[in-house]
Amino acid sequence: MTTPATPTSRAAALEFRGVTKRYGSGEESTGAVNDLSFTVPAGTICVLVGPSGCGKTTSLKMVNRLIEPTGGQILLDGSDVMSEDVTALRRRIGYVIQQVGLFPHLTIGRNVAVVPALMGWTRERQQARTDELLSLVGLEPGRYRNRYPSQLSGGERQRVGVARALAADPPLMLMDEPFAAVDPIVRQRLQDEFLRLQRALAKTILFVTHDVDEAIKMGDLIAVMEEGGRLAQFGPPEEILAHPASDFVARFVGQDRGLKRLSLSTIADLRTEPLGRREGLPTFSPDTTLRDALSILLVADTRGGVALDEAGQPRGLVTVDAIASALADDRPRRAARA
Amino acid sequence: MGGGPSRVPLMDLLTVTAQWLADPMNWQGPNGIPARLSEHVALSGASLLLASLVAIPLGLWIGHTGRFSWLVLSSANAWRALPSFAVIGLLVPFTTAIDPNLGFTLYPTLVAMIVLAGPPLLVNSYQGIAGVDRDLVEAARAMGMRERQILLGLEIPIALPVIATGIRSAAVQVVATATLGATFGFGGLGRYIVLGDANHDNGELFGGVVLVAALALATLALFLLVQRRLVSPGLSSRTAG
Ligand SMILES: Nc1ncnc2c1ncn2[C@@H]1O[C@H](COP(=O)(O)OP(=O)(O)OP(=O)(O)O)[C@@H](O)[C@H]1O
Ligand SMILES: [Mg+2]
Repeated sequence: MTTPATPTSRAAALEFRGVTKRYGSGEESTGAVNDLSFTVPAGTICVLVGPSGCGKTTSLKMVNRLIEPTGGQILLDGSDVMSEDVTALRRRIGYVIQQVGLFPHLTIGRNVAVVPALMGWTRERQQARTDELLSLVGLEPGRYRNRYPSQLSGGERQRVGVARALAADPPLMLMDEPFAAVDPIVRQRLQDEFLRLQRALAKTILFVTHDVDEAIKMGDLIAVMEEGGRLAQFGPPEEILAHPASDFVARFVGQDRGLKRLSLSTIADLRTEPLGRREGLPTFSPDTTLRDALSILLVADTRGGVALDEAGQPRGLVTVDAIASALADDRPRRAARA
Repeated sequence: MGGGPSRVPLMDLLTVTAQWLADPMNWQGPNGIPARLSEHVALSGASLLLASLVAIPLGLWIGHTGRFSWLVLSSANAWRALPSFAVIGLLVPFTTAIDPNLGFTLYPTLVAMIVLAGPPLLVNSYQGIAGVDRDLVEAARAMGMRERQILLGLEIPIALPVIATGIRSAAVQVVATATLGATFGFGGLGRYIVLGDANHDNGELFGGVVLVAALALATLALFLLVQRRLVSPGLSSRTAG
């Protein structure tokens, strides 16, 4: 291919400025979202997390104006979303939902090309882009292009949903519990693949989930919301786990928030002790999370394990104590995304 | 009414019917089968078309906007209860006042058939669109499809099996019921039934019945065929799983 079908667009910064949404009017009006303010820098994933009914979906839908805010402003690269033509705005915002929402009467190829077709791309360009995206999400174009959504598994459909949202290379993606409808194993794989994809694409992403573990795994930033649509805490995952701003946040992230913090660091981050005899000790590759390493050490009941380096050579000894002291460090580095 | 056919043995009936159908005399002239068949088809087609032009867009619009949806089902049911025979009879005095000739031979039956075709067309268009998953419509909107594009590119294709079923049942009902028009001066295949009854000619009477039934079945088959060609394979259950 001489001209890539992929346009190169920047990611856009997203800002919520005192955003409020009330349903109904007068006496009966209820606040779904209350004075929400935060900024998502371009190219990062911000996860909205909170209990059911706390206003996550409402917040998301105000960005692409499926819901009109009652007050406040949402700025995309500094300009108010309300000031732009609504269809033009929506065509440059990718949207992925739990129900996927693929069009059942169109083939997978045509589904992926919905927005490019709306934007008047030529057939050839649409086709090249479709194949490129299907490959990107791990679906071989030759096998999947001409199938219908009903002929795909739930996980495959979800990938097509992501491909479709990426089709016109939007600077912002909105994702509402995109991986909630698949089983835990598929979910984990989709999450991992998506994070790998994001490292290459560096989109700005607003991601909704009610699963704290997913929030910690996916988020560069996490906005914890509580009932009434209030922002309970906003910050990187380490900070939220290490220093919950309120009882609500502490309870919401769970008693095991220490363990959760361990899942943010890997063996590569850990200071090791000198290695003595290594017979019979478990070995850990550099990308093993400290949480998994701890679990393995506790089960194996050994004095420690062997940390390997990238080349697979022993680097030093990992002990339960060393892992525990990593928690004491105020801010373990986030190797997973570094 | 003429002599009941119940006293005639079945074999004799089949024989006289076959004889009547095979008689070359019955296949020519203004009262011949080709002429009556074309009258019947033309009237059925015209009434189906006219009813569709009103009922289908109305059903689509109500389904898409959700406005007046409460009216559709109740009024369609009341509408459906109108007997075509009574409608034709009641119309005759009015239409003959407008045009003494066509007001007797054509208009009453035409209007009654439009009335008959309306409810299945309206109800199925409405239900087909209203039945499209709202999450899907919202996803379409979120991707920047305009309302017209959502209706034409998403809702109608998905609702097509339901809409087509409405058109098909309207067509079959009209083809079968247009037979009644012969009682009031309209031609069509019903004419044989009226004449056969009046003349105590069982061959003609049952020949007419057979022709009407055959036309209704052919209509059914034709619409099923068209439907299968138009509906996306992605919507048929055969591709599921
Ligand atoms: N159209 C509506 N009319 C009235 N109230 C609404 C409407 N849509 C949502 N709400 C209310 O607004 C609040 C926030 O809803 P929202 O869908 O944003 O919650 P959520 O955080 O996404 O929840 P979940 O995790 O269950 O999806 C809820 O209390 C809900 O009942
Ligand atoms: Mg929600």
